[in-house]
Amino acid sequence: MADNIQLDVARYSPERDDFPSFQSYTVPLRKDWVVLDALNHIKDKVDGSVTFRWSCRMGVCGSCGMMVNGKPKLTCATFLSSYAPGPVRVEPLRYFPVVRDLVVEMSDFMTKFRKVKPWLVRKEEKPISEGEYLQTPQQLENYKQFSMCINCTLCYAACPVYGLDPLFIGPAAIATAQRYNLDSRDQGAEERMDILAQHEGIWGCTFVGECTKACPKNVDPAGSIQQYKLTAAMHWFKSLLMPKASK
Amino acid sequence: MVKRPIEPLFWTLFSGGGVVSAFFIPVLLFLVALAFPLGWITAPSYEALHSLVSHPLSRLFLFVVCSLPLFHWAHRFRYTLYDGLQIKHLNEFINVFCYGGAIVGTVVSAYLLWNFH
Amino acid sequence: MNVPARSAPRHTPYHPRWYRTPVSTYWWMQQWSYFRFVLRELTSLGVAYSCVILLCLIRALSLGPEAYEALQKRLATPMVIMLTVISLLLVLLHTITWFRLSADAMVVRVGGRRIPGFLISASNYVAWLVVSGIVAWLLLR
Repeated sequence: MADNIQLDVARYSPERDDFPSFQSYTVPLRKDWVVLDALNHIKDKVDGSVTFRWSCRMGVCGSCGMMVNGKPKLTCATFLSSYAPGPVRVEPLRYFPVVRDLVVEMSDFMTKFRKVKPWLVRKEEKPISEGEYLQTPQQLENYKQFSMCINCTLCYAACPVYGLDPLFIGPAAIATAQRYNLDSRDQGAEERMDILAQHEGIWGCTFVGECTKACPKNVDPAGSIQQYKLTAAMHWFKSLLMPKASK
Repeated sequence: MVKRPIEPLFWTLFSGGGVVSAFFIPVLLFLVALAFPLGWITAPSYEALHSLVSHPLSRLFLFVVCSLPLFHWAHRFRYTLYDGLQIKHLNEFINVFCYGGAIVGTVVSAYLLWNFH
Repeated sequence: MNVPARSAPRHTPYHPRWYRTPVSTYWWMQQWSYFRFVLRELTSLGVAYSCVILLCLIRALSLGPEAYEALQKRLATPMVIMLTVISLLLVLLHTITWFRLSADAMVVRVGGRRIPGFLISASNYVAWLVVSGIVAWLLLR
């Protein structure tokens, strides 16, 4: 294995630049290093001005999402040696506004995520004296996959519809809405459907499937969206043909 | 209640058309437009084909096979134009062209099959 | 002091100057998976072509044997054959991708366990072969 590898890091300083450019750095190619290690090496030893987000460095916080050679990846879970002999192109997450260098502005995702009510919605709360909400393993299975989302927004960086239509609510938001819709303790499916069954909700999705490929936690947002389309369509027909029964 | 778009209707037609075209269109296109005209397989005689098509069940089948896949095309092509060419601002024209085209095709096939003699 | 325009801070007050990368009209050519997606979506054109051919056939049958013969001749011309071959490839691609997509989109549970995707695809293929066989038999007998 070679000693070094070249990293081409996107740099953008809003005070100085009109658009991003690349700066090349040479970092040691260590067998156990991930791209995040290389970035931290650059920041510590070479160029302290490189700016990027990271936190847990073990693939559970979702902070370190970036484009590595054009693909959305968690840089703490992407081995440098996979890209040998390089060079490795590191860019900020696609389809989000760039604040500086590799840092993107996530508030669009945050707003959309909040819109789908990502919490258990109850029509009436069960009093504490009546004990916990019980759930069988089968009921847990129904939504467990969708609960694995770490909000890293790699799926948004992969989704061309999100890139083309800024109003599209996006894969993670819909998958999380499904996580709660399918939870036996939740009673908020009707409220969420009002938000999701819009043009910029599920109907904007054309099942490209890139979101599922990009997801580091195997959440399968594309599957969740198609399943929800079926649910929403059946609900639409039911409310059309039997308006009283569906209320 | 918040107003909900008519999108589910088009999506359901798209799905139904997708299933029908996935199962029936390949063999029909291959035989009717390739194997028979090129003589790879002897085409059925005019009388045989005519009597096959005039059966009420055949007419119903053909109506479904000619209309639902057109709605499949309409919905899918509409989104291809939106996303592929980024011409979403022309969406009234696109909707009329796509769904209008599918409706025209459906009406034509209904007319042809109802009046088949 | 004359400060050259470039060195003056270029941000709007109270708000940083984000950079929004423009999405190219040719976004679908920038990645192999995007290109495959657009090809999959374009299969709908093959489907539409097939419907038109079928409608022409029905009309020709309704008009009489001469019209039927004329249609057969028209269908055998090189231009139409080329279009047909392209459409046939598109339609086959539609069938293959449709079976894969519907396996991903449906959750079918038997006795509490989810049927894996490839079984759903496999049963779709078997059904497709059976249905095609029946249609071919009806046309050829």
